[in-house]
Amino acid sequence: MNSHSWMDAVVVSLQGTLWDILPILSVIIFFQLAAIRKKIPHLKQLALGFFMVVVGLAIFLVGLEQCIFPVGIEMANQLTDPKFLIGNDLSDTQALSDPAIYFWVYLFAFFIGFSTTLAEPTLIAVALKAREISTGSISAWGLRFAVAFGVAIGVSLGAYRIVTGTPLYVYIVAGYAVLLIQTFFAPKTIISLAYDTGGVTTSTVTVPLVTALGIGLASNVPGRSPLMDGFGLIAFASLFPIIAVLGYAMISEQIAKSKSGH
Amino acid sequence: MSKAVKLFLGKLASAFFDVLPILLVVVFFQIFVVQKPFPNLQSAIAGFGLVVLGLFLFIQGLETALFPIGERMAFQFAEKGNVLWVVFFGFALGFATTIAEPALTIVAKKAGVLAAQAGVIENSSPSIDQYVFNLKLTIALSVGFAGALGVFRIIKGWPLVWFIVSGYGLIILATVFAPQEIIGIAYDAGGVTTSTITVPLITALGVGLATFIQGRNPMVDGFGLIALASLTPIMFVMIFGIVFHGPAQ
Repeated sequence: MNSHSWMDAVVVSLQGTLWDILPILSVIIFFQLAAIRKKIPHLKQLALGFFMVVVGLAIFLVGLEQCIFPVGIEMANQLTDPKFLIGNDLSDTQALSDPAIYFWVYLFAFFIGFSTTLAEPTLIAVALKAREISTGSISAWGLRFAVAFGVAIGVSLGAYRIVTGTPLYVYIVAGYAVLLIQTFFAPKTIISLAYDTGGVTTSTVTVPLVTALGIGLASNVPGRSPLMDGFGLIAFASLFPIIAVLGYAMISEQIAKSKSGH
Repeated sequence: MSKAVKLFLGKLASAFFDVLPILLVVVFFQIFVVQKPFPNLQSAIAGFGLVVLGLFLFIQGLETALFPIGERMAFQFAEKGNVLWVVFFGFALGFATTIAEPALTIVAKKAGVLAAQAGVIENSSPSIDQYVFNLKLTIALSVGFAGALGVFRIIKGWPLVWFIVSGYGLIILATVFAPQEIIGIAYDAGGVTTSTITVPLITALGVGLATFIQGRNPMVDGFGLIALASLTPIMFVMIFGIVFHGPAQ
């Protein structure tokens, strides 16, 4: 790609992020004028910050679209390609129903879910805030690892579900049952944060790659349709991080307890 | 080396390490599993540089604008002590950011086509447009509702668990009665409502309110706005489906 089309891509992306920030700025300005009726302090610094948010996000998105998405989607397609899975004898469609041949797909699902979650800007933001107000007792990296691990499990389990064809609701109901029990026993201070992380994982970086993987699988496994079975990975990617974060908090609490000798 | 330069390099390195795992995964699978040469290596490396630079700038902006403005407004609202204005602010922020969200338009249009195919509405562009508009309005209202309710919850100090448990209870109930063609759309709608710019601002607002209002704990009460904003769209869209499509047969 030449530099000219890079610039074009950044300009298009900038229009998108400007459009995103417009309603936020309007609401803030309206409430400053109508409700708070005070001058905003550090206006110059804030303006610079908003500028960095808009430009940074635009550049980030262009980079994703030029670099990470094409490679990741191409890889999802190659790994779910029947030729890669069962070799050149494509007449044996029975072999494609064997969940064991999708080993590399599950592994890829796990690691791509893990790594894209670590790069989610919204998760970074929430983790920074959590570290700040817990005065360091929650580490930003610890929280992000727990969430990423949850997404990784969720996405690879979701890939396995597409192959076996188990109905989605079986997993969802079981998942929510586990969640309910955890919510009961987990330390009270972590619950709100844990549920918030379920909402931030399905954002900029993870969704396009995971969707490509789901559609690739659903198109190639006999008896699945991309329309009916391709979704569900995203639902898993928002459910399992909550379980993982609650679990992480419960384990940390146990360790702290046993260290203090109780 | 001056302190500022060190700080700058440190933050740039931190953005690099945020994105590095993706690179490692892709390179590993390309070399050891797929065993094919890298497609468009040059463009991929340049793109990776942009991702790191963009993330670095975004996080800088987060710390100099989005977090401070959220905290500042929370402080000023708490100082004023007018509950109605804060609740209205929560509503406006949720509504405005959702109605302008491009991903929402995509989901709503898909829903319009599906509704026309199911014979719920007339298969003509004016009636589909009307349907899409109504659905978008419903979802934006649901996020506005979540913002208002979430802020009110923080002020009152009500446990989030009440809302989560009753909310998901209602969603399960609605799933039984909602028409088949709307259910997938409803769950999708829950995922499109939390944009990258809104999340840090809303988080800072919630945590700020819980910090400045006496008797609230920022950890327990401050988070939870995003959780509510991913829950209400699912519920509202199912109710929308029951009202406009009629209950499931």
